[in-house]
Amino acid sequence: MNILYDERLDGELAPTDKAEVLADLQRSAPGLTLLHREEDLRPFECDGLAAYRVLPMLVALPETLEQVETLMKRCRALGVPVVTRGAGTGLSGGALPLEQGVLLVMSRFNRILDVDPDARIARLQPGVRNLAISEAAAPYGLYYAPDPSSQIACSIGGNVAENAGGVHCLKYGLTVHNVMKVEVITIEGERMTLGSEALDAPGLDLLALFTGSEGMLGVVTEITVKLLPKPETAKVLMASFDDVEKAGRAVGDIIAAGIIPGGLEMMDKLAIRAAEDFVKAGYPVEAEAILLCELDGVEADVDDDCATVRTVLEKAGATDIRQARDEAERALFWAGRKNAFPAVGRMSPDYYCMDGTIPRRELPRVLKGIAELSEAYGLRVANVFHAGDGNMHPLILFDANREGELEQAEAFGGKILELCVEAGGSITGEHGVGREKINQMCAQFAPSELTVFHAVKAAFDPGRLLNPGKNIPTLARCAEFGAMHVHNNELPHPELPRF
Amino acid sequence: MAETRPTSTDQDISEALGERVRRAAEAGTPLRIVGGDTKAFYGRPVEGETLSTREHRGITSYDPVELIVSVRAGTRLAELEAALAEQGQMLGCEPPYFGANATVGGMVATGLSGPRRPWAGSVRDFVLGIRLITQDGQQQRFGGEVMKNVAGYDLSRLMVGAQGTLGLVTEVSLKVLPRPGARHSLRLEMPRAEAMARLAEWGRSPLPLTAAAWHEGALHLRLEGGPSSVAATRERLGGDDLDDSFWEALREQRLGFFSRDDARPLWRLSLPHNTPSLDLPGVAEADLLYDWGGTQRWLRSDLDADILREACARAGGHATCLGAREGAGQADPFMPLEPVVEKYHRALKAQLDPKGIFNPGRLYAAI
Repeated sequence: MNILYDERLDGELAPTDKAEVLADLQRSAPGLTLLHREEDLRPFECDGLAAYRVLPMLVALPETLEQVETLMKRCRALGVPVVTRGAGTGLSGGALPLEQGVLLVMSRFNRILDVDPDARIARLQPGVRNLAISEAAAPYGLYYAPDPSSQIACSIGGNVAENAGGVHCLKYGLTVHNVMKVEVITIEGERMTLGSEALDAPGLDLLALFTGSEGMLGVVTEITVKLLPKPETAKVLMASFDDVEKAGRAVGDIIAAGIIPGGLEMMDKLAIRAAEDFVKAGYPVEAEAILLCELDGVEADVDDDCATVRTVLEKAGATDIRQARDEAERALFWAGRKNAFPAVGRMSPDYYCMDGTIPRRELPRVLKGIAELSEAYGLRVANVFHAGDGNMHPLILFDANREGELEQAEAFGGKILELCVEAGGSITGEHGVGREKINQMCAQFAPSELTVFHAVKAAFDPGRLLNPGKNIPTLARCAEFGAMHVHNNELPHPELPRF
Repeated sequence: MAETRPTSTDQDISEALGERVRRAAEAGTPLRIVGGDTKAFYGRPVEGETLSTREHRGITSYDPVELIVSVRAGTRLAELEAALAEQGQMLGCEPPYFGANATVGGMVATGLSGPRRPWAGSVRDFVLGIRLITQDGQQQRFGGEVMKNVAGYDLSRLMVGAQGTLGLVTEVSLKVLPRPGARHSLRLEMPRAEAMARLAEWGRSPLPLTAAAWHEGALHLRLEGGPSSVAATRERLGGDDLDDSFWEALREQRLGFFSRDDARPLWRLSLPHNTPSLDLPGVAEADLLYDWGGTQRWLRSDLDADILREACARAGGHATCLGAREGAGQADPFMPLEPVVEKYHRALKAQLDPKGIFNPGRLYAAI
């Protein structure tokens, strides 16, 4: 697919004149850092989805809320699209710039405004790194639960935009479960508070609506998060299996035993080998699959649960079960998993990371389907799986320098996502739709549902200036894309032109 | 495969409901959406043709291993909870009923949660997906039966607490939790200030707390978790044994505090953790009941609404007037919204319900 904004399919954009917009912004927002020379713009041409690059017209790096307000008001007046970017680690191209748009970079808003240990909350600017929150809370015995793999670098503003997850979601939830309040600036330049430091707020739950809205409804300028007491202890078991399906069934058996692990991760053979080569985590390289099961909480309960899980794993046919002896070994077990992506990156010039979710019971069927597709496309796949919450990360290995391989990898990835939707799942569990999965949205949602999304967008940004072309496809795009969601075998919207 | 549990009373009337909505939209007839009609007091009165979801009922899929249940809106909450209990599971948000006919749809529409809320999460935290009939009578599906799903806007959670003002929720998928292995409730006599200080301290340590209420000179606690930690904590805290039924009586507002003999309005104050006493004029200690570790405070008072709301807003919270818990709602139970926030509430309503047919005025006059 052509990743670039396509006015024919994604909607017309008003023509903009770079010199005029630059002059206007310099005049109306004195002191606002604006980058406009090609060499200055170059570092911002992509986010974590580096295969896709577009040079923005301008990059704005505000330091005050007044500058953000003015920027929004002027862009709205001039009809200039605004794409907001945090740390730029997103994997779905949600911060992919537009060549006729302003890229609003929030990285200079990087202060932790307040940590209140008694109320167990932290107030943050959007550019604060995810890991820095837990570091600031640590002296009080508290931490911030969502921990995406990119937590060293990714920012909380981006986490809110994408509703980021991590390896502890089954027990501790996603970003939406851990954010209490956000301050927003609208496209009209108004300031608005959503949510509350109390446990609820009057009116509609616009906080939930904004979380994961990918910068399409407003710009988040401050975030209040909930902090949790650090579990007294965390212990991790690693179980090896000679068969992927057995490992998949063991996951269900653990849950059926009434246990909610803090983390429950699965890796297949290729991922195990890649991680072991890279990190030397002590993984069993002969195993077809491993499960990492972390149990956390009060010491006495964790010990009881470890014993229960061990029995369950034995019954499920694990060939080997090891419990990390100490904190260092526990960290090592996790290091293998947390570095699985870069580890796979060492095995292949390029890889493409998918993010589908499925009901756990569908795992054997979907893994089989992925293996068949892998054969058909002639591309290897390493499977890393947040098994506890049904979120798969198949990594497709390819070489972009080989003619047509990127396109093959993309097509393969698209098929995997369609397989997830067929299995009753979703095309994205935590990475977001962004630009990357815009076409697969047509498989997950019917045109009437997409129309509801467009109505929501229109309530906040009728001029479609915030991050246009991301998250929600137009009906015209779905008509062209072809893999349209078909109800009762009737072609929806037969009146739409199909290009 | 998902375990489906049809019973003799299961039925799917979504097509008929869609047709009702379509006709109402055509004629511009406002609809008053009703499930068990147990929570009419929680909102403004709605003028409109009654549309009942009661006949649209049944659990459509429940697989305990997935920790997910999907259930039609008209299903009685009691029926759902019984099905979960059979499998050793429960609703984490511990929703109040306020009547035997309470439905799942009503739980979602009002978004009310019980004593476990600060520790486990609210109704919206457990909602994974919905089926919704929109203003054109179309059947729509958002979210789904998976734990993680960030495709599109989160309309499922937006519907929680929207009180039916944006569309008709016909089915909901919920995350469920295993029932805790052990439980113990206890009562510690102590003044309010000491109770709040203790709760702040315990909040920073991983204690197996799942409910905390201060009332009539005593802190009431519920411990839930593994047998070992509950036993150890019980030993550490001491206090008198408390019957577990206390929490249901609190949740259902059956404690003496909530007695209808008291003619003063009942207020719900929602406040941040660790908010000190608001020192409201004329309010005696006996007029207050602290739930949710102090973040949900019930108040019986004739105080002027503006004074009360102003005090809550200053503390970072808000106040809801529940009046007398019977009857068909009241003038303005919910705290007025900030003008900008209200503007976008109106814009969203205009987009999703342009004819104003879904429970108009239930939340606010303009929504």
